[in-house]
Amino acid sequence: MSVVTNTTTIGAIDAPSRRNTELMMMVFAIAISVFAYANVGLALDGKLPSGMFGYGAGLILLGGVAHLVVRKFAPYADPLLLPLATLLNGLGLVLIWRLDQSPKLIRDAESAFGVFTPSAPRQLMYSAVGVALFVGVLLLLKDHRILQRYTYISMAAALFLLILPMFFPAKFGARIWINIAGFSIQPGEFAKIIIAIFFAGYLMVKRDALALASRRFMGLYLPRGRDLGPILVIWALSILILVFETDLGTSLLFFGLFVIMLYVATERTSWIVFGLLMSAAGAVGVATFEPHVEARVTAWQDPFKCFTTDGACEQIGNAIMSFGSGGTLGSGWGQGHSDLIGFAANADFILATVGDELGLAGMMAVLLVYGLIVERGIRTALAARDPFGKLLAVGLSGAFAIQVFVVAGGVMGLIPLTGMTMPFLAAGGSSVIANWALIGILIRISDTARRPAPAPAPSTDAEMTQVVRP
Amino acid sequence: MNKPLRRIAIFCGVLIFALLARTNYLQYVKADALNTRDENRRVRIERYAHERGNIIVDGKSVTGSTETKGSDFKYKRVWKDGPMWAPVTGYSSQAFDASQLEKLEDGILTGNDDQLFFNRTMSMFTGDKEQGGNVVTTLNGAAQKAAFEGLGKKKGAVAALDPQTGAILALASTPSYDPSVFAGNGKSDTEAWQALLKDKDKPMLNRALRETYPPGSTFKVVTAAAALENGLYTDIDEDTKSPLPWRLPQTSQDLPNEGSIPCKNASLRKALRYSCNTVFGKISDDLGNQKMIDEAAKFGFNKEIFTPVRADASVYPEDNRPQNAMAGIGQASNRATPLQMAMVASAVANDGKLMQPYMVAERKAPNLDVIYTHEKEEFSRPLSAENAQKLQGMMETVVKEGTGTNAQIPNVTVGGKTGTAQHGLKNSENPYAWFISYAKTDSGSPVAVAVVVEDSDATRDDISGGGLAAPIAKAVMKAVIDSEK
Repeated sequence: MSVVTNTTTIGAIDAPSRRNTELMMMVFAIAISVFAYANVGLALDGKLPSGMFGYGAGLILLGGVAHLVVRKFAPYADPLLLPLATLLNGLGLVLIWRLDQSPKLIRDAESAFGVFTPSAPRQLMYSAVGVALFVGVLLLLKDHRILQRYTYISMAAALFLLILPMFFPAKFGARIWINIAGFSIQPGEFAKIIIAIFFAGYLMVKRDALALASRRFMGLYLPRGRDLGPILVIWALSILILVFETDLGTSLLFFGLFVIMLYVATERTSWIVFGLLMSAAGAVGVATFEPHVEARVTAWQDPFKCFTTDGACEQIGNAIMSFGSGGTLGSGWGQGHSDLIGFAANADFILATVGDELGLAGMMAVLLVYGLIVERGIRTALAARDPFGKLLAVGLSGAFAIQVFVVAGGVMGLIPLTGMTMPFLAAGGSSVIANWALIGILIRISDTARRPAPAPAPSTDAEMTQVVRP
Repeated sequence: MNKPLRRIAIFCGVLIFALLARTNYLQYVKADALNTRDENRRVRIERYAHERGNIIVDGKSVTGSTETKGSDFKYKRVWKDGPMWAPVTGYSSQAFDASQLEKLEDGILTGNDDQLFFNRTMSMFTGDKEQGGNVVTTLNGAAQKAAFEGLGKKKGAVAALDPQTGAILALASTPSYDPSVFAGNGKSDTEAWQALLKDKDKPMLNRALRETYPPGSTFKVVTAAAALENGLYTDIDEDTKSPLPWRLPQTSQDLPNEGSIPCKNASLRKALRYSCNTVFGKISDDLGNQKMIDEAAKFGFNKEIFTPVRADASVYPEDNRPQNAMAGIGQASNRATPLQMAMVASAVANDGKLMQPYMVAERKAPNLDVIYTHEKEEFSRPLSAENAQKLQGMMETVVKEGTGTNAQIPNVTVGGKTGTAQHGLKNSENPYAWFISYAKTDSGSPVAVAVVVEDSDATRDDISGGGLAAPIAKAVMKAVIDSEK
């Protein structure tokens, strides 16, 4: 049998499935998290924490199930995605559990709400739900191309999810939560995936029209209104909704997602120029009429200015000092003071705890893990054989990258804070569940992409035939 | 579609790279700057994270630490006899920072000082509990107690020095405050702090170091020293050329004496004994402003003094003739801290040699190794030994048969000078009662002391310094002499 190598579409026939590699890395990821637990317990109380075995067992169970399901139902999937996500989720659980032990946060919560509820057990439960959804995606979604059928349903669902929080009261200055039966859900996290499905389905169909049937205007190619119109309307609608809900992080995310996917679909650089111009105009516009945003821009410009006056920048100022306090090697698990940031320390600002307690070394590692997830996602897009899969994979990876950049950049004072969660790391049910689903879809696409092509039918003149590629 | 995909991959790489660059900038380049910011609560958390070292007086600590609950600061500072020692220790509050020795010696007390680096590194390896070092002061517990109790409910201050070394023996200020009441960061601490700040008696003011008063007649010792040093008069029993009444130069006003005392052409000894304004006003005028400033500066005027706690600069001003004449008797814009006047007495007592005042004798590492010992240091020589002995003779006369008889101690030679400094617009307010003195034993002088009592109800004659302040000075001197035996 001849071996056909192809860098873009068809993998090597009889390529190794890499499932054992994945298993090794899963063991590694879970071991690191369990050691981290032990470390926090030893630093805080001088003994191994009682919860360590519970969390350890939970992680092993979740990781094990996820791995077995991948082994069975997506055998050719990318071996890195699952261990990286498990590592982040495990470290996130330790960080949240560590912040649960903070006397300051307990005191603050007791004086504000009268009662303190630890976040780590809930996060473990949400992680379980997330992994269940991940398993569900792999079981139910035998082929990602099925999602193409739901292009317009996705559109409706995304809009519905985005509008929903308008009917619920605002929390912490943003209207992005819905409360159902005691659970707080951020529909934006799910809408991110669903809108990527819609963009991918729509752009796949219209991409030729968008790229070719265009008029040249001032050096830019402008597509026809009937091609671009619907997508522009949906996009504008979602941005408007998010702006009204003052959920700027997510609107930035949607915008980036839209520009990236349009650019990939049409292969026209002019979209990037357009995108940058529009985002600049949008950002300036929003920053001037929205006081919530204006305050954050001011806090970004000088994170220490308002410390003595109104305290509006205390969170970001404290976060930046957390990074400084960590230095090169960090203060050690459980020994930092990132709880000074206050109530959002385990959510939006969880990266500050990484910076404080794991230092520059830990921060670089965590950021590189995120970078690896993103690049493995784009690698999946490159390997995918169908345009829908390509668009969906790059959309999801791009959204992930932008989310990481917006949150981490905000917390580190690189850009104004917009309020989103660090995927997998931060406490928050919707975020962890949605991101597990995102990883599930990427794994499904990568499985399809890397699955060896069926052996060509025996043919007498097979040796003579040339493969013609587009 | 692969070309744009690769570009998107690069774009995402750039995003991650920007984050990596930012974290390097924050955690490597800016880390030190961020860690020393005032807003950084970690600095204070660290300061109170383990037991603070102590401030030692007479081998016993006057401070301590107690564990607190319900705060991210683990230990709280406590003081024994807080109000008595507050002018020495200062405060160290979780909420309101620290002052004086608690602030200046913070590095030693928390154990974070660079001098303790080796110590810290060792305890990191041996796993010993992190601890602060101790600061050993020069203070004399008995003298401090005598000073504090002598002042009692009166408003005032006492500074006592060992003239031979410059060691500060007592530093009292009343009304005082107890730094323990606001050492924490709770609500009651804030209330106590606010109440202290609002108190019109200013209990947190360290009057011994930070308040300058017109020194009144006690300054005549400096004027006499200037007269002797500049050769204006050489014999203290020789008649001076001092008319009575004596008109202030360039004015149409006579400088009054307190009561009808024999000041006409009085000798220096007699003039100091009776505290003649006319004699010393004229000396100041005869010498001129510059010579007076020079002599005062030799005693430490016009300069902040670090003990290491900062003492405000006492002021002998540059002035016109009549004002200079008034300054020569400790009035006009002449201002001195109690520490400054104690330095004047100690320079005279130490045969003209003024020692640098100090209150930290030793710094000790947490394992009690001494890492710093103060070496006595000469501040200046305002007087020749010969002139200093002449001045001693004059000051001893004051105590023996002049205005300072209240400071007499049996079998001890005491020299002193009283003062009643007028203040307020047109002398409307009650005067300050001053007394500066030194005691002498066979082995030289062990103590020089300055006492000032504000708002005295005393009548306005020069005796009030002797009546109110001298007994306190006597008690302090006696305490020092007794503790030497």
